[in-house]
Amino acid sequence: MKKYHYYMMALIGVAMIISSCGNGSNKSSSNGALGSSAAEKVYVAPGQQDEFYAFLSGGYSGNLTVYGLPSGRMFKEIPVFSQFPTSGYGYSEETKPMLNTSFGFVPWDDAHHPDISQTNGELDGRWIFINGNNTPRVARINLSTFETEEIIEVPNSAGNHSSSFITENTEYVVAGTRFSVPVPQKDMPINEYKGNFKGALTFISVEQEHGNMDIKFQLLMPGFNYDLSHPGRGDSHGWFFFTTYNTEEANSLMEVNSSQNDKDFIAAVNWKKIEEYVNNGGGTKMPADYAHNVYDEGTHMGTSTMKKEVLTVDPLKVPGAVFFLPTPKSPHGCDVDPTGQYIIGNGKLSADLTVHSFDKMIVAIEDEKFDGEAYGIPILKFEDVLAGTVKSGGLGPLHTEFDEKGNAYTTFFISSEVVKWKLGTWEVIDRKPTFYSVGHLMIPGGNSRKPFGKYVVAMNKITKDRYLPTGPEMEHSAQIYDISGEKMELIYDFPTHGEPHYAAGCPAELLAPKSKKIYRLDDNKHPYAVSNPSEARVERNGKEVHIYMSTIRSHFTPDNIEGVKVGDKVYFHITNHEQDFDVPHGFSIIGQNTSELLVMPGQTKTSIWEPKKVGVWPFYCTDFCSALHQEMQGYVRVSPANSDIELSWSLGE
Amino acid sequence: MKTKESTMKLFVPLLILFMVTACNTKTKTEPVSTIGVEVSKEQGQAFIQNDESTPTVLSIAINSPDHTTLVAAVQAADLENALVNAGPLMVFAPTNEAFDALPEGTVENLLKPENKDALANILKHHVTPGKYDKEFLKKFKKLGQANDQNTTVEVKDDDVYVGGAKILASVPAGNGIVHVVDKVILPPSEE
Repeated sequence: MKKYHYYMMALIGVAMIISSCGNGSNKSSSNGALGSSAAEKVYVAPGQQDEFYAFLSGGYSGNLTVYGLPSGRMFKEIPVFSQFPTSGYGYSEETKPMLNTSFGFVPWDDAHHPDISQTNGELDGRWIFINGNNTPRVARINLSTFETEEIIEVPNSAGNHSSSFITENTEYVVAGTRFSVPVPQKDMPINEYKGNFKGALTFISVEQEHGNMDIKFQLLMPGFNYDLSHPGRGDSHGWFFFTTYNTEEANSLMEVNSSQNDKDFIAAVNWKKIEEYVNNGGGTKMPADYAHNVYDEGTHMGTSTMKKEVLTVDPLKVPGAVFFLPTPKSPHGCDVDPTGQYIIGNGKLSADLTVHSFDKMIVAIEDEKFDGEAYGIPILKFEDVLAGTVKSGGLGPLHTEFDEKGNAYTTFFISSEVVKWKLGTWEVIDRKPTFYSVGHLMIPGGNSRKPFGKYVVAMNKITKDRYLPTGPEMEHSAQIYDISGEKMELIYDFPTHGEPHYAAGCPAELLAPKSKKIYRLDDNKHPYAVSNPSEARVERNGKEVHIYMSTIRSHFTPDNIEGVKVGDKVYFHITNHEQDFDVPHGFSIIGQNTSELLVMPGQTKTSIWEPKKVGVWPFYCTDFCSALHQEMQGYVRVSPANSDIELSWSLGE
Repeated sequence: MKTKESTMKLFVPLLILFMVTACNTKTKTEPVSTIGVEVSKEQGQAFIQNDESTPTVLSIAINSPDHTTLVAAVQAADLENALVNAGPLMVFAPTNEAFDALPEGTVENLLKPENKDALANILKHHVTPGKYDKEFLKKFKKLGQANDQNTTVEVKDDDVYVGGAKILASVPAGNGIVHVVDKVILPPSEE
């Protein structure tokens, strides 16, 4: 029976080939450019849409980029920690507060690890979080507007690298410090680091309705470097795991001195236990100084609040909450499989991966089988918690992601490859080269309970000959592999923006249907909004001039303004009266010491201009909004400082 | 019967393949790949022509007449691409003489395809992640090698011995440093 079935299939197949061959204008000729199945796999025809969103961190661009998979097309750059003239983010009066810190206005950061919010360990697509590494901050981006809504600074931290990973119900987003520092900061000799510096692991609570962040507590750990982290999930929900290096506590020439110990640690933190301790009044309040910046979608305004206190927790005061798992060779990535059973340490100076077992860890803790302690924190015995070792044959493992079939995929920086291996048996199934020197990799949902293991994106640090050369500086390269089969297939190569340190992806249907199209004008609560062009006006308050302006295709109301004087500070408050998807208007005026603005339909944005010269100066719309875009312009007459010309404004007079 | 059936199973797809090829004459010259993009062995950073950058540890070895055996071994073990990445890498490069000093037949044996893993293990034992000159190496007692085993550092008079091999000369590279050594450093059998 089976045999006949097979022959039937073969016959049908042959018949199909013959029929397609007889057809003169057949597919095989029109698909000349698609000579391989790889091309078909990544080809998203004009007008068609991608299957997945991918959010790639922009690294030193400070931003987050949005791509489609499998096409590798970039859809948007979301400004987060950096001023962004394309939209006016960080230049407009409404968004400047978003970049406020305890160090003042910091218009840049080094964006690292995006993570999409989860419910029950599965991606829910409400928000995406990303950390700023340089001036420690965590940002939350709304995934219906794709706008940065909130940024919280992290005090007592320096090099916010072990961040911004979330627990499986988005209870917390974590921020572990890469550089240990004096806590609180003080003037002291650098070489007294050892024993005196602290490493803060910060747990930031996330309010479930609006996502608002607040520092719940900071765990003040020994002065190691806290590198990366991931939450427990399933049975291990309630725990968080952080890789450490420099357990030597060296303060100079780290490349030698922090590699002396054969093993560093993965710190296992029972955050539920600490949460309970804190909820019962535990912890010590300590003076601190950090900014909390929130953008309100109703008022279209950001506000910055300086916070003055933080709750710290000494790990020794909460017995049973923190343990160290010895892990070889300065582990970098700390990854937890979809079941929550395995904790993977990617020893970056090693060839092997160390996999710890959560169940074994719990047994070892219950049996109190400790191998000494570090600053009072119990160290578990390596052999007692080890689940297995992946003998990869590769060099320099960095990061691991997972599919839903029990496989793990690890990047190897030095040997420049992705290695697929099996959880439980630890056998290597496949390996494929990447181009070149791969850092992170991403499978949509690949660090959740429910991965979508169709593609893996490998993000490389080096590009060299992958694209046409563009001088000494090139965008980094990424590769997409189809991982639906037993063997990985390299199917596409695309440039990425900035330096992507990690990415997060999700199915398109999770976000696309709820993506916001316009802001409703009747919901606009901006204090300087004009809901009707008849309300447009200009008001003077001493040397401040406020212009309440509206835009509609294709004019500004008003477009002629007189009575402005040299030395004034002129605020253009622009409300876009369009209520039509994808019709923003822009604004800029000659000699402005800031960028243009882009105002979305129904939104109000404010731009400042401080005229320095007498004259009649034009402003215009920067976004090609309509057939009459070139007509969308106006003039401001600037008179001498001592002029007595009255303020006046008009349109069409 | 069984043989016949399996022959048929092979034959039918072959026939289909033949028909596809015969039919698809217009795209005959284009490479057709059925499993992803084919990547040839000689692809990657090691094979990029670049005369402007400082030479890598690999190109230094390739251009040294004293290291032909080492280079042949690196190629046999497919380790070229590992030696050209951003590093930093410190390579202890035994001379041809050092390889010649091994028991007769050792090198020939290691170069056999079936011994590729053993060869790679020995070669990786000559590589340290890091870049330290000879003077700086005196600060170390041991080094962690790329094959996951440690090797020793000893100072005798002004000479530095790594795993028993004496550093004869050093050449800085763009992605690390090459220390020419007088012995092959054999990995410790048990650690």
